[in-house]
Amino acid sequence: MSSPAPLGARLRGRHDRNLWFAVFVGPFVLGLLVFVYVPIVWSVVLSFFDARNTVTPTDFVGLGNYLDMLRDAAFRSSLLTFVVFAVFIVPTTFVVSLGLALMVHRTRFAQTFFRSVFFLPTACSYVVASLVWKLSIFNGVRFGLANTVLGWFGAEPVPWLSVTQPPWYWLVIVTARMWLQAGFYMILFLAGLQRIAPSLYEAAAIDGATGWKVLRYLTLPQLRATSTAVLLLLLINAFQAFDEFYNLLASDGQYPPYARPPLVYLYYAALGQGQDFGHGSAGAVLLTLLIALVALVQGRFLGLGRRED
Amino acid sequence: MATIQRSRADRTGSVLRYAVLVVGAVLFLLPFYLLVRNGLSTEQDITSPSWTFFPSSLQWSNVVDLFNDPAVPMARSLVNSLVISVVQTIGVLVISGLAGYGLARIPFRYANAVFYFIVATLLIPAAVTFVPSFVLVSTLGWVSTLRGLIVPGLFQAFATFLFRQYFLGFPRELEEAAQLDGTAYWGTFWRIVVPNSTGFIAAIGTITFIGSWNAFLWPLVIAPDRNAWTVQIALSTFLTAQTINLPQLFVAATIAILPLLVMFVFLQRWIVEGVERSGISE
Repeated sequence: MSSPAPLGARLRGRHDRNLWFAVFVGPFVLGLLVFVYVPIVWSVVLSFFDARNTVTPTDFVGLGNYLDMLRDAAFRSSLLTFVVFAVFIVPTTFVVSLGLALMVHRTRFAQTFFRSVFFLPTACSYVVASLVWKLSIFNGVRFGLANTVLGWFGAEPVPWLSVTQPPWYWLVIVTARMWLQAGFYMILFLAGLQRIAPSLYEAAAIDGATGWKVLRYLTLPQLRATSTAVLLLLLINAFQAFDEFYNLLASDGQYPPYARPPLVYLYYAALGQGQDFGHGSAGAVLLTLLIALVALVQGRFLGLGRRED
Repeated sequence: MATIQRSRADRTGSVLRYAVLVVGAVLFLLPFYLLVRNGLSTEQDITSPSWTFFPSSLQWSNVVDLFNDPAVPMARSLVNSLVISVVQTIGVLVISGLAGYGLARIPFRYANAVFYFIVATLLIPAAVTFVPSFVLVSTLGWVSTLRGLIVPGLFQAFATFLFRQYFLGFPRELEEAAQLDGTAYWGTFWRIVVPNSTGFIAAIGTITFIGSWNAFLWPLVIAPDRNAWTVQIALSTFLTAQTINLPQLFVAATIAILPLLVMFVFLQRWIVEGVERSGISE
């Protein structure tokens, strides 16, 4: 092949491979460019401008929006809310889903039934779960299920969602999310448990290891990769919490000043009355950088991507 | 002696395990029961200070009342949710399925670069992009339209990633047999690969459908007009409003999760397999 092929033939590639690659992958990549990358680039541009009620701003403010965000007590408190939420939800979901997986895995009778029951809430929306939690289980007045149960023990009804001292609302928020997502992570752990070779357990039994020792020295180390993935997913999902906070705490277009995680904050800042896209975009960029940083640090710390040998 | 003791310990452990599992199962099923229980109750049954497990009478009329209440656009939002979820699911399966296959099988000099470009999107937290996406979609004039609700959700990097991983593991021999017949990529894909991948497609389809049906933040942002409400937005609006008809709200919520529960019962096996095969925990 000394003479170069015509341009058309070169573009199509051997056996029209380039052409077919474009046909298969092109629509997806094009959509990604238009609906993910264009908005992100646009958002980064907007974050350097004073952009209230406009998406074609002219007033360049440099890093002003970013400095405003970092100085904004409400923005910082939204980050603190995320930290508190993560401290509650990540370890509890991890332990509950791992515990469920260990028990379901060892169950012979009705294993599919138990697995299905714990997995079923995955199909439920955060809105519906919030509705049950807010209006049926943790209703602040006398008639909620939780208060009825407390009443059996002679306890006074608790105003679950309407007081900040003590902050009972965390219990409502955390249990709702736990119910919704524990089954999904249980499935991940079950998949991990199935990959552990039975011969390892036989060897452990011969060595006389039982119960906790098997769990501590065999099962948990073998589940290391799964655990890392679960922790990372739990953290990223906690960071993106919006639905249950909004539906449990907002009322009539109002949202209490407390318990605003980053996305709730962003929702009201960027799309509320002001339509302040400049500050909203700066906040979005800061959050993206922050979550990327957390993911990287956690990945390094826990050794994500390292092969398990 | 030791073995007898151990087997007794095993039996105690096993009984304990089942006890915990049964209590757990009851707790996990309770919210579903509460939905149905409250939906078929009178307002008094829900708000009574002496809460009972069973309602005093079954109010089936709540269902009829819900659909007759002009204040609640229930039928409209159910139709919207159905259209959005079906179109998004089919769209994602076709777009991501094709892209995943192309990335896994068609040799292209920059295929790796394209793949990394797609994986990079996975690192961007999807929900954080809602502000810029709103700006784009509103500029296109798509606020409160089905287009605005559907189109941005058609391009799912995670689905493409999963399809690619799956097709990499698809037995090449099957495709080679077809290619000897002179069938090109397009024909091989539709006639050999797709019919032999129904399980995986069902898994991704179910996961996409659930995500689409339950989506909240994006519809909340992009569909302020009640004609474009999805069922989740309709529920949320009445949940956060001042005056609500409690039984109707619970009927509406029950209806909102019913399609998914039915689907879930039939397709659960595939979802579990899909999650396991996704290699997320490898």
